[in-house]
Formats: sequence, C-alpha cells, structure tokens
Amino acid sequence: MAAADMRPPIESGCPDGFQYMHPAMRRNFGLWKYHDDPQPGVLRHVAINGEQVWTIKAGTQRILDLYTLRKLTKIGDEFADGYIRFTIRSNIEFIVDDEAKVQPLIKALEDEGFIVGGTRNSVTSLSHTQGWLHCDIPGTDASGVVKSMMDELIGEFKAWNMPNRVHMTTSCCQINCGGQGDIAINVQHTKPPKIDHSLVSNICERPSVVSRCPVAAIRPALVDGKPSLEVDEKKCICCGACFPPCPPMQINDAEHSKLAIWVGGNHSNARGKPTFQKLVASGIPNNPPRWPEATAIVKRILKCYKEDARDWERVGEWVERIGWPRFFEVTGLPFTKYHIDNWRGARNSLNASTHIRF
Amino acid sequence: MAANKIYETPMLDVLEDGPWPSFISGIKRLRDNHESQFINDMASSLLGQLEHSYETRKGYWKGGTVSVFGYGGGIIPRFSEVAKAFPESKEFHTLRVQPTPGNYYTTDMLNQLADSWEKHGSGLVTFHGQTGNIMFIGTTTDGTQHFFDEINDYGWDLGGAGPCVRTAMSCVGSARCEMSNANEHAIQRWLVNNFTDDVHRPALPYKFKFKVSGCPNDCQNAIERSDFAVIGTWRDDMKVDQEAFKGYLETKGRQYIIDNVVTRCPTQALSLSDNDEIIVDNRNCVRCMHCLNVLPKALHPGDDKGVTILIGGKRTLKIGDLMGTVVVPFKKLETEEDYESMVEMAEEIIDFWAENGLEHERCGEMIERIGLVNFLEGIGIEVDPNMVSSPRQSSYVRMDGWDEEAVKWFERKAEEAAANA
Repeated sequence: MAAADMRPPIESGCPDGFQYMHPAMRRNFGLWKYHDDPQPGVLRHVAINGEQVWTIKAGTQRILDLYTLRKLTKIGDEFADGYIRFTIRSNIEFIVDDEAKVQPLIKALEDEGFIVGGTRNSVTSLSHTQGWLHCDIPGTDASGVVKSMMDELIGEFKAWNMPNRVHMTTSCCQINCGGQGDIAINVQHTKPPKIDHSLVSNICERPSVVSRCPVAAIRPALVDGKPSLEVDEKKCICCGACFPPCPPMQINDAEHSKLAIWVGGNHSNARGKPTFQKLVASGIPNNPPRWPEATAIVKRILKCYKEDARDWERVGEWVERIGWPRFFEVTGLPFTKYHIDNWRGARNSLNASTHIRF
Repeated sequence: MAANKIYETPMLDVLEDGPWPSFISGIKRLRDNHESQFINDMASSLLGQLEHSYETRKGYWKGGTVSVFGYGGGIIPRFSEVAKAFPESKEFHTLRVQPTPGNYYTTDMLNQLADSWEKHGSGLVTFHGQTGNIMFIGTTTDGTQHFFDEINDYGWDLGGAGPCVRTAMSCVGSARCEMSNANEHAIQRWLVNNFTDDVHRPALPYKFKFKVSGCPNDCQNAIERSDFAVIGTWRDDMKVDQEAFKGYLETKGRQYIIDNVVTRCPTQALSLSDNDEIIVDNRNCVRCMHCLNVLPKALHPGDDKGVTILIGGKRTLKIGDLMGTVVVPFKKLETEEDYESMVEMAEEIIDFWAENGLEHERCGEMIERIGLVNFLEGIGIEVDPNMVSSPRQSSYVRMDGWDEEAVKWFERKAEEAAANA
C-alpha cells in the first residue's frame, strides 16, 4: 500500500470510562458512603443516598482466549446488566445493583470454571507478565508459574483466612515487571552472560550496552578481529541488564537462572509507609512445568504468616514485629551472606543498635 | 477447522490439570475449535514454541521494529527465533491498547473488540498488562495495522511502548469506593491525553508513567510504580460517625478496637474515650487509611479533598528500586485551572527530564543523580519539609546562601498567611 493510501491514526488517547460504567456507579460517582463484605469474593458498597451495588470478583487465567472472554461477556449479559471491569491484578469484576443477582452470578461463574474470591484478607491472584509466551528476555514462564501456584493456593483465594491480604507477584527477569509483592517469585541469574562475539557488532549498539551495566563491568573489546564486548566476570552481578539491548549477551541459562523469593513489598500507606520486598530465599530451580520447589517455599512462608501474624499485619509488618532472625527460624529457610545487602544505601539495612531478640 | 500441524506438548498438557483456569486449555481451544485456519495454525505453532521453551528453559522471541502508520510505538514486535520449527507464529506481535481509567467495559464493547481481534489476530488477549494496556497478543505485521485501523475507528488508541509517556492507570476510585478523594478518571485523562504525541512517538530518555490512586491505600501501586503518582487525600478533619463506631465496638469488642485500631495508628492520633467514642487528633493524622479501612462505616475522609503528587518511582533497572518522592504535598483539583496547572507541572517535569536525563535514565534516577533540590529548581517548585523524612544528617554541604534561603521561607510563609487570611 502506498503511503498516500494509508489511514492516519485518530489520536484519541485514553477513552472516557463513564460510557462503560454501570449506571449505578455513574449515578453515585464520588458519593459512596461505606462498604462491607457479605462473603468471600463479594463486596457491597452503599451510597450516601442508600443505593447499593454488589461486586462479584473472580480469578481467571489472565491470558484469555476469545472463547473465555466471550464466556465472561455472556455471563455479564445474562447475570450482570452487561457491565464488566478488571482489577489491576487481572481479576474480573461484575457489578450489580440488585442483591438477587448475586448468587445466580456466582453460580454462573463457578459453573464455567472461574474462581470467585480474591477479596479482603485472601491470597490474591499473582500479578505477572508474559514470560516465555511473549517476552523477548524471559528466564522463565509467567502464566505457567501462576497456574501452578494458584492450583495449590486456590483455597486461600476463595477464603478469608489470612491476617491481611496477601499480594503475590512473579517476574521472569530481574527487571521485575511483576512488581512489589507481599511474596514475590522472581528470576535470579547466577552466571555472567554468554557472549556470541560473532553477532555483537552487527546487532548491538556497543556504547549504550556499556552504559547500561549498573556496575561498569562491560567494556568494548576486539575478539577474533571483530569489535565486540567483554564482561569483567569478577565485577558482574549477573543482573541481565545488558541482554535486552544486546541479545548476543545471553543471560538466560537452563541450569543457572534460578528463582528467588522476596517478601514484604507493600504499596499501601496504611499503618507504615510503602515498603520494598526483601530477599528470603534463592537458588530455587527454575523447574517447569509446575515449579514445585518454589511453590513449597511460598506455602511454607504463608503457613507461618497465617499462624503467627496479627490481624491486619501484612507479611512485611509481621516480619518487622517478630524480627528477621525469628522469620528464618520459623520458616526454616537458611540465612546466608547473600541476604546482607551491599548495594547503594545498604548500610541503612544493617542493625546499628542493640535491639536483638533472644 | 483444525490446525494443519499439531505439536506434542507433554509439559504444557500438565498445566491443564488442577482447579485454576488453564491458559493452555484456552490456547488449545483456539487451535482446535476456531473457524479461522489462521487462528488454528497460529495457536498450534505458539503451543509448539512454548513447549520448546518449557523443555529447554529458554525464551525464543526477539524484538524488532513494527509500528502502525503515523505512530512510532504501541506495538511490541515479536519475531520467533525458531520459526523454522514453528512457522505459523513466526510473527507474533502484541498491540498495546489504552483502556479507560479504572478498566471499565460493557459486554457489547468487549464482544466488538473480540470480533475485530479474531479477524486480524491470534484470539489471545489480556486485561491488562502491567503497564495497564489491553494486550492483544499475537498477530502479523499486516495484522497489527488492520486491527488498529478497525478499533481506532470505534474509539480505541494505542498505548505507549519504548522511551515515551506510557499508558496511565487508575484505581476503581470514585466510581465505587468511599475512600476516594479525587476524580481519578479526570486526572488520568487530563494528564495522559495531554501527552498523546509523547505516547505515540517515543523520543524521551526512557519510559514515563502516570498512575492515580484515589486515597493513600494506593491500590494502583502508584508511588512505587510510576514516575508521576497522584494520590487522593484530604486536609481537614476526618469524619467520625460515633453511632457507627459504637456499633463496631459492640460487635467487635473493646479489645479488638484497642488492638486493631487505636494502637495501630502510626502517629498515635487515636484514643478510645471512657464514654466509648473514638477521639481523633487530626493535626497528627497522616492519612494512612488504616482506621478507615478497619471501620469503614464509622470513619470517612474529610471534605477538603485534593491530591498529593509524588515523583520518581520505578523498578530495579538500573540503580535499584525507588519510591516516588513528595513534590506537591497538597493540591486542590476542583476547577479547570487546577487541572491545567497540574498538567503544566507534568510538562515542566517531562521537559526538564528530557533535557537533563541520560539515555535510559528514569526521572527518579535523574533526581537521585542531581539531587532533589536541583530538580525542584529546574521545575520551579519551592522546597517543603513534607518532601523529606528528616533534614540532612551530613554537614558536607556548602551553605553560604543560608540567609537568602531563610528570607525566602519567611516571605513564602507570609504570602501563604495573607492568602489564607
């Protein structure tokens, strides 16, 4: 097609949400008074004028085929007035303004295999990214890890058994698109990149690769007469930052790309300020199709948290209260030299006091 | 119809077991049941490549350059490195499409998008990616253009990909939450739709994200996950319904209220009176939201609502994780002028960062490198003690401008007092 025949885009940007919002939400926009939780997976919001809406939340496989999407829209048409929204963790929410619609909607969702839950103090569905399905730099899969873990944690998704909500995330590289979580399962590379020197000069813009390295371990080099890059392996922290701009610097390794588990990430300002997650376990094999070793550690941490944390304590707050030594004691996880931070600002994470629990 | 070639997928087949919905079963439905040969073959080939990844523990997609006519971004190009073995998914690009603030849809609109996508794409979609876009996963280069042309005609536009202003996100907000202090919809659309050119034509040092949460619970994860976080808050007294509070006291008990409300206040701004009322020291309340979360019928945000703006949150690359920093402690958002001044501030910030940021340096990393004060001077915002957790601890700083700075502070305070008089 000649450029003259091409259709110029309409730069409409972010569309107006009000056109797709349930009328009860439009009517009461900014006029809500309170909410309560009639049962797991269901919220009831009450407006100042007394009007009510019920939200029914369900987990999905997130990577949706159109058959599944149409199942959800059909349920929405038949049971939920034709309106749908998605949470930022890719759960689906149907919002209705008649209590009589709640139970039939739950039944319709469950009959089609969707999992109603994920509200209040449950374990929510893992937020995740693309993994082997679509990403260009992944060390592992994302959807498969989530499926495997949620198969095991489904009871906690459907219930209210946790001290507070548990947001879990998973990421397929150390860029960590999955984000902060109460528990995060992330790839951790353990060996420097393997460089295909025959390709570097053709594919990579070498100065930008050099500047991408957080520890200045990459320098230009001539290898076999061709311009390439070399890595100072003593300095290299195996983060994989060079791999996206320079695919011949392969960081992923079937054996040496491991999984690490981090806890205590929290975005909310409730009680304390938002917090970053902290390393608790690493060296976990990247073991498809079910990643049983990672799931076992997650379940062990959840069990200890559930038994020991107080109401409203998120995982990180629980650990802060009982102390990190006790966390490693109750979970049985090893504490190693790798748990002690040496990145910028690391001294702030060291104990400069005599506050010690005996 | 059926795919021309079916690959053995023993490892993926394992992911069809178990109670959680299976994405593998979904891809197989597209492979086996869909009437389009294109979709059958693409789904089959995708399963073949994914199985290969599971067996070898490696990814086999490479990026490239694909865009639609008139734009420079918005598509995530994917070309298979193993296309010889799995040819029908050799091009498998994703379109990022901007949803509404709060992610609202009618079923009719979702069905219409599904109709378009099965004409031009793989039939796989995600609501939503971590940047907030609808991800239409998997189509050819031609397919990206045709699909975009079709959905663009009925109101949908591409999101950001690459070094550009990215798709923005908001929590459910005022549409369904009593905690909200802001019109998240208006904030998101005022901000991101002012930068459509910067969304579609990547020319910034790196990505720049706007996220909006209606209250400090920050369900949108804005402080940590966005360069420009807008968080709803209020500055007058929180509202207390003592009758509702007594209801909680009766049903939950005194100890529960003491252990889970009064003693959990981070600034000890709550107490339980002898006549069973809750007393709030509003001057010391930091709007953390905890007591409102526990007692939603009894405690509510005040009436003098506005937003706090934090700048510079981001994930790991390259210097480590950063939370956003308070740059505007409180801003009213009521009039058109209020929204315009917020947008102008965003323009100042993006312009300053575009001028001064290094390649691949997020705004928060630039602030870390040059210091908050240089950043504030660059965007014309005065210092405020709400921007710090504490004043500096190190004496290693040149302070010969102290007297002038102290005068500025008192002048500013006098102006504020006059304005509030």
